[in-house]
Amino acid sequence: MTVRSMILISNDPESRIRGSEKLFSEFQQQLAHYDLADEVSLTLATDLGSSYASPLVIVYPEAVIYGPITVADVPYIVKEHLYKGRIVDEKRAPVHELSGKVAWLSAREGTLPAENRVVLKNVGVIDAEDIEDYIANEGYQALGMALEMSPDELIDLIKASGLLGRGGAGFPAGLKWSFVKNTDSDKKYVICNADESEPGTFKDRVVLEGDPHAILEAMLISAYAVGADEGYIYIRGEYQLAIERMETAIQQAEQYGFLGENIFGSELSFKVHVHAGAGAYICGEETALIESIEGKRGEPRNRPPYPTTFGLWGKPTLINNVETFANIPPIIRNGSDWYRSLGTASSPGTKVYTILGNVNVTELIEVPMGITLREVITIYAKGMKSGSFKMAQTGGSSGSIIPASLQDTPMDFDSYNKTGVSLGS
Amino acid sequence: MVSDQIKETEQLEDIREIVEKIGSTRADLIPVLQEITNKFGYISQLAIKELSDLMSLPTKEILSVATFYRMLSTQPRGEHIIQFCESAPCHVVGGREVFSALQDALGLEPGQTSADNKWTLLTTSCLGVCGIGPVILVDTDMYGNVTSDQVKNILSRYD
Ligand SMILES: Cc1cc2nc3c(=O)[nH]c(=O)nc-3n(C[C@H](O)[C@H](O)[C@H](O)COP(=O)(O)O)c2cc1C
Ligand code: FES
Repeated sequence: MTVRSMILISNDPESRIRGSEKLFSEFQQQLAHYDLADEVSLTLATDLGSSYASPLVIVYPEAVIYGPITVADVPYIVKEHLYKGRIVDEKRAPVHELSGKVAWLSAREGTLPAENRVVLKNVGVIDAEDIEDYIANEGYQALGMALEMSPDELIDLIKASGLLGRGGAGFPAGLKWSFVKNTDSDKKYVICNADESEPGTFKDRVVLEGDPHAILEAMLISAYAVGADEGYIYIRGEYQLAIERMETAIQQAEQYGFLGENIFGSELSFKVHVHAGAGAYICGEETALIESIEGKRGEPRNRPPYPTTFGLWGKPTLINNVETFANIPPIIRNGSDWYRSLGTASSPGTKVYTILGNVNVTELIEVPMGITLREVITIYAKGMKSGSFKMAQTGGSSGSIIPASLQDTPMDFDSYNKTGVSLGS
Repeated sequence: MVSDQIKETEQLEDIREIVEKIGSTRADLIPVLQEITNKFGYISQLAIKELSDLMSLPTKEILSVATFYRMLSTQPRGEHIIQFCESAPCHVVGGREVFSALQDALGLEPGQTSADNKWTLLTTSCLGVCGIGPVILVDTDMYGNVTSDQVKNILSRYD
């Protein structure tokens, strides 16, 4: 029988004093009573990070946080939530005040009609160094939902969403996942390409710094889909804060049992390493990146074979860009129809852009695919600082030069390719 | 001579410690070289020889990796490393002027180390903080929106 729910009970010293171990055995008994022991996994987590309502009980996949919970509450929670599937609102922990330490983005969500945050939803809103902030914002809920699907169902969902890779080439993500899934091997890897070295782009850095758990959650989901058990996040060496935050996130995720063996009691086991780049632009190219993780000069390999069949140490390897991964949890939570309601038919979803240059406002924005350059400049960048618009460059310095004549062309992979320019990364 | 030998022995001990901490497989080579660069400022001939033994790799192979990556160095470097972003987005917001002010103040060309071993001047591509260009990185301290007349003040913080 497959595990369909997971219960975490906080077991920090404070929770222990308040009886977390008794809670554990009471949960065991009640689950057995409703014949749910095989379907619901139960874990005493070392520390759920906060004592504001301890002992805390978190129920996945819904990621409902209950607290403070006493032994007397357990039968009711098991009966209502685990047996009948109704969340017990009156036992939910009081809303945890978010510390909002990440202050990089100006708090301007909703000030512009077209801005729709999917990738940057949490960035600047939650404390990136506190897993609880992430959990309180639907964090790791998508992982729970994904583990209830079969790998094939999961890949079909990503295919149906139409998500295209955000690392530059716009390759369909679901298709790439299926290539790795369908290659037989005793060992597979998942790599997050966070080498971002296109001059003028820093969207990946902002996601890594502002929402590192979203990347871990997405990598876990992809690992389950393709059958991998180990992953690397290749972060360019200059992104020191991103490296530190990602390492913190990994430690916390391990503590909570989101990384490790048999996650949520499923057959998924996953461990992940951060690899700091040593300064070489070419390592953003996926085969050079692989060489570099292997400890060699970062020189691109001849292709084929592609990494999906012959990647890290010759094993099938899934490589996706940071922004591509950041789209995965929201797609799983909200479904492919929702995702396709954003952007255009051929390029669904949103795109994060950095606006730089001779404009009034330089910033990072997330907009639906298919918006025009004219809209970006007049609405988001609040117009040209001086003179009229002549040209722009997309996707960093190796993107395309977009002349004024194309400023009303929708910015999506398809429309741009048709006019012979590239959207870049 | 004697003190040189003591220094060498100390360095070798440190290198062994680093390899023990990080690991001695091929995949550990770059992290090990990064750590050695951080610790000693550069990767010496001596270090390469020792690593060759510890990690069972030909010295030629280690040198070839060490010279490939910009954040690794096989040449001695100054006490403080200044990296200046020379990518276009920083360039167009006044980077060129700031860079010549920086070169004047230091009397160095990119890649050079000052005679007193205090400064090494390097150029780098985009540091991913273009929103606040021009950008100077001194060791791990980042300075943004730098103007030419701020250069001296920034350098004086490291006196
Ligand atoms: C010279 C070169 C540099 C690249 N740099 C990056 C990069 O910095 N980040 C990235 O995600 N992809 C980069 N790519 C693309 C990767 O090779 C690869 O296509 C991408 O990581 C796949 O992820 P995606 O399918 O999610 O887009 C680069 C490609 C080339 C040829
Ligand atoms: S161009 Fe200088 S930091 Fe990006």
